[in-house]
Amino acid sequence: MGEGTGDSTGEMLRRVGGDTPLLEVRHVTKRFGNFTANDGVCLKIMPGEIHALLGENGAGKSTLVKIIYGSLQPSSGGIFWKGRPVTVGSPAEARALGVGMVFQHFSLFDAMTVAENIALALPNCRATGELAETIARVSSNYGLPLDPDAHIADLSVGERQRVEIVRCLLQNPELIIMDEPTSVLTPQEADQLFVTLRRLAAEGCAILYISHRLEEVRALCHHATIMRRAKVVAEADPAKETVNTLAQLMVGNEITRVTREKGKLGPEAILLKGLTQVSQDAFGVSLQDINLSVRAGEIVAIAGIAGNGQKELFDALSGEEPLEKEDMVIFAGEAAGLMDINERRLLGAAFVPEERLGHGAVPALKLSENVVLTRHGTGEGIARRGFTRFGKAGRIVETVTSLFDVRKGVLDPEARSLSGGNLQKFVVGREVERTPKILIVAQPTWGVDAGAAAVIRQSLIDLSRKGAAILVISQDLDEIFEIADRIAVISRGYLSRAEDADTLTTEKVGLLMAGGAEKKGAAAA
Amino acid sequence: MMRLELVKRSEKSRLMSVLSPVVAVALTVVFAGIVFAAQGHNPLTGIWYFFLEPITSLWGVEQLITKATPLVIIALGLSVCYLSNNWNIGAEGQLTIGAIVGSIPPILFPDFVNPVVLPLMLLMAMAGGALYALIPAKLKTVFGTNEILTSLMLVYCSNLFLDWMVRGPWRSPQGYNFPITIDFHEWAVLNAVDVGGIYLNLSAPIALLLVIVLAVVMRSTLKGFEIRVLGQSPRAGSFAGFSTRRMTAFAFALSGALAGLAGMMVVMSEIGKLQPVISPGYGFTAIIVAFLGRLNPIGILIAGLVIASSYLGGEAIQTSLQMSSKLATVIQGVLLFFVLAADTLILYKVRLVTGREGESAHA
Amino acid sequence: MLEAIILTIITAATPLLLAATGELVVEKSGVLNLGVEGMMVMGAVAGFAVTISTGSPLLGIVGGAVAGMLVSLIFAFVTLTLVANQVASGLALTLFGLGLSGLMGESFVGQPGLKLQSLDVPGLTDLPFVGKILFGQDILVYLSFAAVFGVSWFLNRTRAGLILRAVGDNHTSAHALGYSVVGVRYLAVAFGGAMAGLGGAYLSVAYTPLWVENMTAGRGWIALALVVFASWIPWRAAVGAYLFGAVTVLQFHAQAFGVGFPSQFLAMLPYLATVVVLVAISGNRRATLFNTPSSLGKSFVPDR
Repeated sequence: MGEGTGDSTGEMLRRVGGDTPLLEVRHVTKRFGNFTANDGVCLKIMPGEIHALLGENGAGKSTLVKIIYGSLQPSSGGIFWKGRPVTVGSPAEARALGVGMVFQHFSLFDAMTVAENIALALPNCRATGELAETIARVSSNYGLPLDPDAHIADLSVGERQRVEIVRCLLQNPELIIMDEPTSVLTPQEADQLFVTLRRLAAEGCAILYISHRLEEVRALCHHATIMRRAKVVAEADPAKETVNTLAQLMVGNEITRVTREKGKLGPEAILLKGLTQVSQDAFGVSLQDINLSVRAGEIVAIAGIAGNGQKELFDALSGEEPLEKEDMVIFAGEAAGLMDINERRLLGAAFVPEERLGHGAVPALKLSENVVLTRHGTGEGIARRGFTRFGKAGRIVETVTSLFDVRKGVLDPEARSLSGGNLQKFVVGREVERTPKILIVAQPTWGVDAGAAAVIRQSLIDLSRKGAAILVISQDLDEIFEIADRIAVISRGYLSRAEDADTLTTEKVGLLMAGGAEKKGAAAA
Repeated sequence: MMRLELVKRSEKSRLMSVLSPVVAVALTVVFAGIVFAAQGHNPLTGIWYFFLEPITSLWGVEQLITKATPLVIIALGLSVCYLSNNWNIGAEGQLTIGAIVGSIPPILFPDFVNPVVLPLMLLMAMAGGALYALIPAKLKTVFGTNEILTSLMLVYCSNLFLDWMVRGPWRSPQGYNFPITIDFHEWAVLNAVDVGGIYLNLSAPIALLLVIVLAVVMRSTLKGFEIRVLGQSPRAGSFAGFSTRRMTAFAFALSGALAGLAGMMVVMSEIGKLQPVISPGYGFTAIIVAFLGRLNPIGILIAGLVIASSYLGGEAIQTSLQMSSKLATVIQGVLLFFVLAADTLILYKVRLVTGREGESAHA
Repeated sequence: MLEAIILTIITAATPLLLAATGELVVEKSGVLNLGVEGMMVMGAVAGFAVTISTGSPLLGIVGGAVAGMLVSLIFAFVTLTLVANQVASGLALTLFGLGLSGLMGESFVGQPGLKLQSLDVPGLTDLPFVGKILFGQDILVYLSFAAVFGVSWFLNRTRAGLILRAVGDNHTSAHALGYSVVGVRYLAVAFGGAMAGLGGAYLSVAYTPLWVENMTAGRGWIALALVVFASWIPWRAAVGAYLFGAVTVLQFHAQAFGVGFPSQFLAMLPYLATVVVLVAISGNRRATLFNTPSSLGKSFVPDR
């Protein structure tokens, strides 16, 4: 195991499949200007092998995958398919070779039907009745039932992934690339996916499986290639490793775990009473009689699969979407349901939305201007008599930067020039620096590297222990179990009762996420 | 195969922000030179007559300021619209309605001759323009109707309405049946005064004042911040507690008011009455001015002068070179294309790539 | 009388329908080209110029289409290759087209042109009432209907049409699947330019064989409104074009009969009708959701 074990790994591979790798990447380097995204990367995938590609965000996994799939061309190095050198000039050429891809952010067309979506990925194919029959047959064969005439916009996230997979299968691929496939699934849906993948592998199809969920990689994959900072740093047999040793290979040094002690609970700071709201958006989710209380000094997390009302709940809490009754949301004892977002901020509430760029921050504005964005109405004197004081905002940028270790090139850069992790640290830090009494935060560490995630999670815990009430809306169960004192689950706009985190397991939360939360007053027990 | 490839910069290029309008103007001068050469004139002579000769005399400078003033005032309002992502292209109609409403005092109450009439007319014109602009704004916020199309359709309606007014109810009984209203009285016109050999009226200093006010508003007030944020990212704007709907109404009302003000001052200084046509397309040309000035108040001031000089240039080449004055419109259009294209350089690096080798080798 | 009215409605509707059908395809690919007026007026002046210099109205029509396509390619280069703002670039195209056509057409003002002949089918054209309406039109009228059916078939029944819709629905996904977003959009913009050029040429070669400055008189903008009215469905664009043609003609006839109503207000009718229809359409957003191209007006830059 560990670094420099290429030879013994090769031995093992030969036992698994034939002698010739299905796909071999040799010394591939990809540069974007001065930035090297892949540096002499080598990778071998044998037929019928489920091969994990591990690495933190920004390690170069996506670039490598794009090169294999023909979306990007390598600056140097080559790709060999069944032992022969090939040039993959475009995704169409990759598909012709027998490489299929299931994207992390689905490449589906919302306004089109399932059949049309699939036809677009097949050469010279139109959405005919014949194709619809094939789709129905193949999808039920692999336990992924689909209606070919349904519009994508009407499908759940799990169903959309099925479309991606079936689309891939219809191309008769010999290698399927899957980019973070389980990040949008319930644990039960994920288990079902693993059954399908194992069956495909048994039929001889190779799978390149990209994930940072080490537990599932250990259970599923035959072999793992680990990348760090644009290079392959190790290869391993995941079954023989532990989650900790794999994580260490990915991160390079011991990850700092967050520390958490029980806090002292104060009065109820966030109180939701029968929060009900009909969605105005055609594809939105209506909130159904949501009741919840969060006391000062504790963190309550709301788990759930994307698209089950999290966005609507956040907007209702922040005041971006007006409510019907003022006592549906009570902040620090004040009925805030009819207040706008700045009136709620004046009560001591702060908000961090899921989307960093375009919601939490304006991409083309400087960080100091983005401080004005959320703090001009908090009575701190950042805006006075209609005039803004960017100098004061600039000093806040400096404080946040040093407290949260935000890495930036220039003194006051535009928000869009920061990396995801650094921008997220800024967006969270901007609110935490105010020491709010109430913090509502959605997806605090989505798509953020482990180092930044640890900083952010620790800051949330520290803030709550100083007496703030924190509500975290997250899809990441690991994160939730790491920081939450109590956990509730949202499903189709219904919220289950919040239970003590210590009494819950991943499985129980998973069942609630899959719909158990919709039963009136459901509890995890 | 050769093609252009764009590479996103991580930050706006400060250098290119300054340089891109200069590049655009330079390319336009080159384009004009080619056109002159194609028509059998010495390109340098053509460029001299078109771009420079008009401003070599005091009278030329006076003309330049007169023409630039309404363009700048209207473009200031439009810049607030465009910055906040509201596509008002009906300033010409708001100008017309503003001028009609503002003309009510001298036409309907010709005996009310009093210094109060002058500011009253300007205020009424602003109110008229603003109300007319609020029609597409309200249709947008209430029904989600595309404001580009509605604001433009209302231009045609307002021009026809003016035509009817001056031929029908407001036609002067002493006008020998010409489609004109009665002449405005002494307190309903703007008189020019001698400023160092140039005759100027009140409108030019008003335009200058508006440039300064808007520059301050955009740079250091919360309202200016709100305009920028809502234009770039409505979702982030609502997170800041700003309202897209209120901004749409505000931007339209402001630009309508400024268009009405500009139209009224043109009528009060140059015409002295109403007639079927009161504007040579100021409302449309101001769109070019707004973009050429990069939606920045100071930039708009410069751009207004540049575009105004192209009008004078069109007249100059007509008299000196017997060329069509329509060339001025073509050059304005080309200039706008160049400005939009050159702005790409602020956010992207552009490079020429040949075939696939180029793509893999561009490390 | 009724026959005459229907005939004039056809002539009023045809240029709108040609331009709207073209713009519909452009918008389906995700591009908002507001320069229809500029492309139409270029088609009108080029159509007139080619007609009187070759003596062939048919060649004139081709010339109009080519001119419309050429100016649309300027727009395509600026918005697709250089990713400039589509709204502003469309306005630039309109201003540029109006200026250039005025410059090119200066010598044609007041000159008589040649009229495009109608395709008379012996026997059929002489049928009472329907003969002239159905079988006595010029080629562009038939072409406008062929375009509606052709575009409808293309978008819904062909693979190329599927790809074009995919590019307009989600350009990021289309790129990920390996389709050339910019390439597809170039073709769509060029098609839209040619169709707008045809619509313009119809005005100067078939409608009134004359060149008058700014002779499109806002028809390009009405064509744009028709695309929204049609909620991006071709046959609805045809219905819309004929409704607007009818309103325009109604206004002329009302004026001719001296209806006690100022002519200016009647002349406002088509424009007011556009506003009213736009409002009525936008009230029903849910129904148009699946037809509206989600990427409309958004620039696309692939990451490299």
